[in-house]
Amino acid sequence: MQLFRRTPYVCPGCSRKLVSSLRRRNLSKVTFNDFRNTPRSFSHARTKRPFRLAIIGSGPAGFYTAYRVMQKVQDAVVDMYEHLPVPYGLVRFGVAPDHPEVKNCQEKFEEVASSPRFKFIGNVDVGHDIPLPSLKPHYDAILFAYGASKDKKLKIPGEDLEGVYSARAFVGWYNGLPEYANLDPLLGAGEEVVVIGQGNVALDVARILLTGVDALRKTDITERALETLARSKVKSVKVVGRRGPMQAAFTIKEARELMNLPSVSFEATDSSLFPADITKLPRVQKRLTQVLTKGSAASASTASKSWDLSFLLSPKSFNDSPSNLGSLSSIEFEKTEFTPDSDPFDRNAKVTSTGRTTTFPASLAFRSVGYKSSSIPGLAELDVPFDERMGIIPNDPYGRVMNPQSGPGALTAGPVPGMYCAGWVKRGPTGVIASTMDDAFASADAIARDWKQQVPFLNSDNSGSTGMGWDGVKEEAKKRGLRPVSWEDWKMIDKAEKERGNAVGKEREKFTNVSEMLKVLDS
Amino acid sequence: MSITHPSCRIVLSAISRSARSPSSSSRVSLSQLRHIHTRSSNWYPNRASSINSQRWKSWRALQIYEHAQKLPSATFAAFARSRRRFSSTPISRHGHLTPPKPGEELSVTFVDKEGQSHSFQVADGDNLLDIAQAYDLEMEGACGGSCACSTCHVIVTSDHYDLMPEPDDDENDMLDLAFGLTETSRLGCQVKMAKELDGLVVKLPSMTRNLQASDFESK
Repeated sequence: MQLFRRTPYVCPGCSRKLVSSLRRRNLSKVTFNDFRNTPRSFSHARTKRPFRLAIIGSGPAGFYTAYRVMQKVQDAVVDMYEHLPVPYGLVRFGVAPDHPEVKNCQEKFEEVASSPRFKFIGNVDVGHDIPLPSLKPHYDAILFAYGASKDKKLKIPGEDLEGVYSARAFVGWYNGLPEYANLDPLLGAGEEVVVIGQGNVALDVARILLTGVDALRKTDITERALETLARSKVKSVKVVGRRGPMQAAFTIKEARELMNLPSVSFEATDSSLFPADITKLPRVQKRLTQVLTKGSAASASTASKSWDLSFLLSPKSFNDSPSNLGSLSSIEFEKTEFTPDSDPFDRNAKVTSTGRTTTFPASLAFRSVGYKSSSIPGLAELDVPFDERMGIIPNDPYGRVMNPQSGPGALTAGPVPGMYCAGWVKRGPTGVIASTMDDAFASADAIARDWKQQVPFLNSDNSGSTGMGWDGVKEEAKKRGLRPVSWEDWKMIDKAEKERGNAVGKEREKFTNVSEMLKVLDS
Repeated sequence: MSITHPSCRIVLSAISRSARSPSSSSRVSLSQLRHIHTRSSNWYPNRASSINSQRWKSWRALQIYEHAQKLPSATFAAFARSRRRFSSTPISRHGHLTPPKPGEELSVTFVDKEGQSHSFQVADGDNLLDIAQAYDLEMEGACGGSCACSTCHVIVTSDHYDLMPEPDDDENDMLDLAFGLTETSRLGCQVKMAKELDGLVVKLPSMTRNLQASDFESK
């Protein structure tokens, strides 16, 4: 039992006994309400059996929601489904290897997982390996926290040329995501790289390309990525955005890190893009502008590599050269300008095309214009809609899944009983750990509140859930020949990865394909 | 009354004693409490042994009780039950707090999201994140206090903001991402208690969207 009760805590059983004994003695001072009106004890809302929650996805959104639900609903039992044998989602596969401190949130997740009320079911792809509706009879609620597994395309000519990669694939590759284990980008193809998009993923890509490979050796970046990066010829990285610096999505920490890379210089940005008096800017923009105008620690004359931020450019086409057909050699951009009614220094300023174009030579390009969630098979059968355009499951801001048809009238939307979402599939692919946590807590609070208020949950219309959770789904999984991975199994994989890392002097050497991971367990 | 768990029994005996004699004292006396936890050898029932100092244990238990004593008596019982059941941080991180030397205690007050004040006597050099976590206040520290997230955001409400060493670039970079940033915002993990900060009052910002009762009425 790993639930540490560190403070004067009285368990529900004992306090019930106390209340009844005090009442028998007819004591006026202590009333039942003293005990009942406590904010955190939502329990046994309607039945004597626990609240069963299935969570699809084991990234930070899933874990933080599980944590909060288990804290707020005393008898909540959580089953977390993950399609890979390994947990943590983007904390493992998205956070850059040179940001190990961001991964410290895994300690919290481990603590959640060590609770007897939590079960991890890895290597089971809900929607593909087992149908989503087969979960429904056994749970009171299902939380979708499966994130954004696709990325947005530019939909311009030449996007399939050799040398054009998605930043998501590149990030997945150096972080050991099995899906992209064999990407091996052609980093030796040339010196000039263009990254399209100006979010933190774009700056992560630039930083990994420009950081000296020796600085990465101690991180948990894959050995295969290290080998490829060691052969890289990349000298300059251009990070291109459609709008100006005041509208860029990257955050100051990532920009500052690039400015401080040894022997990497920053080519100054056109000063007309910044207001004349930056002291009048709001705090966040002001500090970012200071970093961008101050420039890099390394000077252009001594630095061996460089990067810059190019603004007001919209990609038009990827082009190959006659001498090297099929491989990227240049990218054509259309210049944009702020619309007459926009303030160029406002965060929401809009741009419009000018018709003028410019071309940058590039042998490699990374498209980094955002991730995108996709629907999973079986949602429709559970009355859960999916907004393809927004790439989210429609929800009220608290994470209750909303269906346009389920409201009381013919034209009103309403919540789908027992269906919730959290994380990027709820609000779109933006934000750092802190915002994901806030958002997961909001979803968890909604679930706890709903359970306490006894609103309809899954199967409320018929006899109710079987309350079996994974035990009810297990048979189905067995029938399909699945090999579920438990938390203990993951700990074995974890141990093996750490041992592999130890051997080469780093924290961890990840397995980059599922069969290698399973071999640890079943050999 | 057959209450089986030792820790429950200690708390409950204190509560029922105070309830039994409402006229003489509606609150548990301090000497009574001292007795309770010097007698108790296992104050934390499921606690791992990483905090091994007996002195620390009894000191902290006393702190919590002294804090509870300041609450209105009716809420004392509620307090006893409403503490978090599910620890927020690995045990290893709570070890940082050292009991203050007698006479050198510094006072710090946290105002939580419900507006409830929690005051503690702490030692010089303790940071606010460690203090909040040691006392189970609702403050996350997603990055483990390494100044890489903004989950331990606090708002300084006493006059001490200008007495603190200025936040460095790393801290400011993270504060830029904090929800509800104010002029006197700091990261709890970066604020260390010092003599000049005695009497510090900080507010925990409301992190999540507040759920309104009206959000549920339609359901």
